[in-house]
Amino acid sequence: MTDTTITPKRTGRIAGIPFLGEAILIALVLAAYFLFPYNLAFLTRILIMVLLVLSLDLVLGFAGIATLGQAAMYGTGAYAAGLFAVHVTGAPLPGLVVGALAGAVLAFISGLVLMRARGLTLIMLTIAVASICHEIANKARDVTGGADGLRGIRMEPVLGLFEFDFIGKTAYWYVFVVVFVVFLLLKRLANAPLGLSLKGLHESPERMAAIGAPVYRRLVLAYTLGGGIAGVAGALAAQVTQLVSLEVYSFNLSAEALIMLILGGTGRLYGAIIGTVIFMTVHHVAAAADPFNWLFLIGLMVLGVVFFLPKGLAHLPTALTRLVRGRT
Amino acid sequence: MSLLLNILIDGVAYGMVLFMISVGLSVTMGLMRVINLAHGGFALIGGASCHWLIAEQGMSFWLAAPLGVAAVVALAWPLERLIYRRIYGFGDLQQVLATIGLTFLIIATVNRLFGSSLLALTLPDVLAQSVDLGFRTLPLHRLIVIGAGIVVIAGLWLLIDRTRFGIRLRAAVDNRATASAIGINTGLIYSATFCLGAGLAAVGGILGAEMLPIEAYYPLRYMVLFLIVVAVGGMGSISGSFAAAIALGVLDTATRYLVPDFGTIFFYACIILFLALRPNGLWGRTA
Repeated sequence: MTDTTITPKRTGRIAGIPFLGEAILIALVLAAYFLFPYNLAFLTRILIMVLLVLSLDLVLGFAGIATLGQAAMYGTGAYAAGLFAVHVTGAPLPGLVVGALAGAVLAFISGLVLMRARGLTLIMLTIAVASICHEIANKARDVTGGADGLRGIRMEPVLGLFEFDFIGKTAYWYVFVVVFVVFLLLKRLANAPLGLSLKGLHESPERMAAIGAPVYRRLVLAYTLGGGIAGVAGALAAQVTQLVSLEVYSFNLSAEALIMLILGGTGRLYGAIIGTVIFMTVHHVAAAADPFNWLFLIGLMVLGVVFFLPKGLAHLPTALTRLVRGRT
Repeated sequence: MSLLLNILIDGVAYGMVLFMISVGLSVTMGLMRVINLAHGGFALIGGASCHWLIAEQGMSFWLAAPLGVAAVVALAWPLERLIYRRIYGFGDLQQVLATIGLTFLIIATVNRLFGSSLLALTLPDVLAQSVDLGFRTLPLHRLIVIGAGIVVIAGLWLLIDRTRFGIRLRAAVDNRATASAIGINTGLIYSATFCLGAGLAAVGGILGAEMLPIEAYYPLRYMVLFLIVVAVGGMGSISGSFAAAIALGVLDTATRYLVPDFGTIFFYACIILFLALRPNGLWGRTA
């Protein structure tokens, strides 16, 4: 807040070296591929969650729209891609486009109403939208399969070349490429005028209105973009698991995505990735070690982050340097 | 006609339970500006300890219920002093996160102690018996719930409107800094209000166990419902919470009776419409 740099700092650049972050990211994904060849399904799930959390980062971290209903767009993308695969074609890439469109359309329509509200009311409304979607999917049994889930999704090879295999190698790389492309686009967006204007809205909507920015339209636009990305995440989940269940609309999904984002640090694209990987890993290990009490560990972790690292793990290096140099 | 009366009685009883659980949430939100997602946890702890006292210790309901409420108040006091006091200063999202963390801890603890099955509260025979109202019979329990709700709203009105504590509380809600500057011990007001809200949530949890069954995931399952009551009623408004709780109770019951297939959709659609038109709730002040 207090530092008033004239040239805005470029988001997503580590130590000032261009593409260092991307190189590390690719190295880590490669390393994970060779280190955990039997956990590819889990790694793929992490990547999909990264995409969902990135979409939340755009909506919440950049534009400052407090939402607990990102699952609405994720789920709609999943159902749209699933139904598209069942009824039209099993080609994955058109399915992604359909998922993105479905998420974006839902976000746009609901955003027209939601973006007029703020604070608790806004949070409530986003939850209500997800609940309505959940209920509609539950009732439209003929279309969605209701509580049994949408079955019968058969995927064709990616680009007609790479067949989905049993171990999930293709799925892993397919999901990674999609997530990586979206990540690059978001990084570009973060430094583009639109991204900066969204950050401005986050800091002070009144001032942005005063300098002539169309606040409401920008918010709807950000929410729609975030919805589209969440839709892609849902579509990926549907294509990779070949099943869509009502769980895609669950409140827990929205809440966990929020926890992951704040854990990593909002408004930082790398924070969204770090938070997701750490949360999913702790969740996975804790649930495997103690299927009944893992929630306790998660609760402690969440409280620990809020009390000791309020700006998220992405802030840890800064916090540590500050500690070493003495409090400034 | 009798259908209408049925909806009214069930809806009002349901609304009373919602009111008792949510009113504490509304007041703490209005007073401390804290989005306390763990509030349903107090209802759960009240219900779970009541269940334990009845089922394991063989106490009667009449003894177990007050003890359950007392246990929650005894827990809420140190919790407010040690944890919540630090949460007040956080931003919105940090508050949401911290209280979700607390909710997880409560759920995991109850899960560890009692398992994830339903925790039944056996009602004494007197309460389980039916009363004939002319157009239908209903368990005496429902009438007790409605009566308890009326007692709570009357008691709160007396407390807020007629006592010195109430004056100070209202002053603190209106303007915390000024209230503290003219010598009101706002810290004490916070603690007392927090404990009162938690205690009322426990009463609601215990009395409402028939309608909102007690189990480990209770705080997450009904969190949205309680928050909706607060959002519709307007933060910090007791009469708003009361009106909202009764209206939502009746609305929810009516949609279940009349359009059972689309009850939830209709319910949430009404909420969205209402909140879109009145984002600050019924009597909400612009924050």
